[in-house]
Amino acid sequence: MQEQNGHPPRISARDLFLAFTGITLASFGGALFWSRRAIVERHRWLSEHEFVEILALAQLLPGANGVNLAVLIGYRFDGVRGAFSALAGFLTLPFAVIMTLGFLHRRFGEMPIVHAALTGMSAVAVGLLIAMASRMVVVLQRRWLPWVFVTLTFVGVGVLRWPFLAVVGVLAPFAIYASWRGRT
Amino acid sequence: MSLSELAALCLYFMMLSFLAVGGAPSVLPEMHRYVVELHAYMTSAQFAQLYSLAQIAPGPNVMYVPLIGWHIAGWAGAVATLFAVVVPSFSLTLVIAQLYARHPKAAFGVAVRRGLTPITIGLIFSSAWILVPAVNHDWRGYVLTALTVLLVSRTRLGPIWVLVGGAAAGIVGFV
Repeated sequence: MQEQNGHPPRISARDLFLAFTGITLASFGGALFWSRRAIVERHRWLSEHEFVEILALAQLLPGANGVNLAVLIGYRFDGVRGAFSALAGFLTLPFAVIMTLGFLHRRFGEMPIVHAALTGMSAVAVGLLIAMASRMVVVLQRRWLPWVFVTLTFVGVGVLRWPFLAVVGVLAPFAIYASWRGRT
Repeated sequence: MSLSELAALCLYFMMLSFLAVGGAPSVLPEMHRYVVELHAYMTSAQFAQLYSLAQIAPGPNVMYVPLIGWHIAGWAGAVATLFAVVVPSFSLTLVIAQLYARHPKAAFGVAVRRGLTPITIGLIFSSAWILVPAVNHDWRGYVLTALTVLLVSRTRLGPIWVLVGGAAAGIVGFV
């Protein structure tokens, strides 16, 4: 729907700023889940495929994934201005919030009720992450090879805790070659 | 902290920003080594507390960095370290975004992105695998996490309500 003329639609810098402010404020436990929900489901600016492709690029590039995602999406819809707007939306309020929290933390230390609420929210936030990954697998072709790469990455980085760079550095060339040959 | 020390800290964070493939958490051990072990700007426990504080706050998890900068060097430290980690990767991503926008259908670009998709999904599962035992102390936490996965994938319930539910579960002492 988005690429009828080969050009993505133009979305104003203001809308990008507001959308990413909304995403970032909802982002407890990582921004990816909320980015996908806002960009793909709510605003429908990107299809599931386009989102996963951009997300893959955001994760491949160095830096915070959420920040890269904001920059890539912002640039896609309003160029350099869009990239700056999305980034500003993504960082401004969290910076204010985290500094406030830092002050409160220094002033009041650990309050039991706050700590308890945060423990519960952390458990939920991880669940959101799993739900998101489970939803993303629908973009994989119905073949076995992509699943081999999913599994190898998971076992290497997650289970064995090998260095990220080593695992992706070894797997990526094979994965790209396989997709170049039309196998994934 | 002197100005030259702050400059050194920022330069170091800028370098880490280029190495942070896979996101901010991947360079966490390296930051810990620099600010706790090498320079003793804070204790390991303080470092862990600041990191947890950023995890439960809204926003990208890179926000633990300005908190560390603030702890070490006040407001100047907070602003300087945030810029130090964001600007290098932001610039690089902007360059790549331009290439991507100019050649969205370039065969090699498509192959790279499609090829990396399974790896991306594997990485998200990996994060979950590492985080689940880190945030959950016992079986009740695991139940809450599992319940979240079910609720979010089987119903149209907004995730914000699941989070509120999680907070309530914590307050009543379930986890």
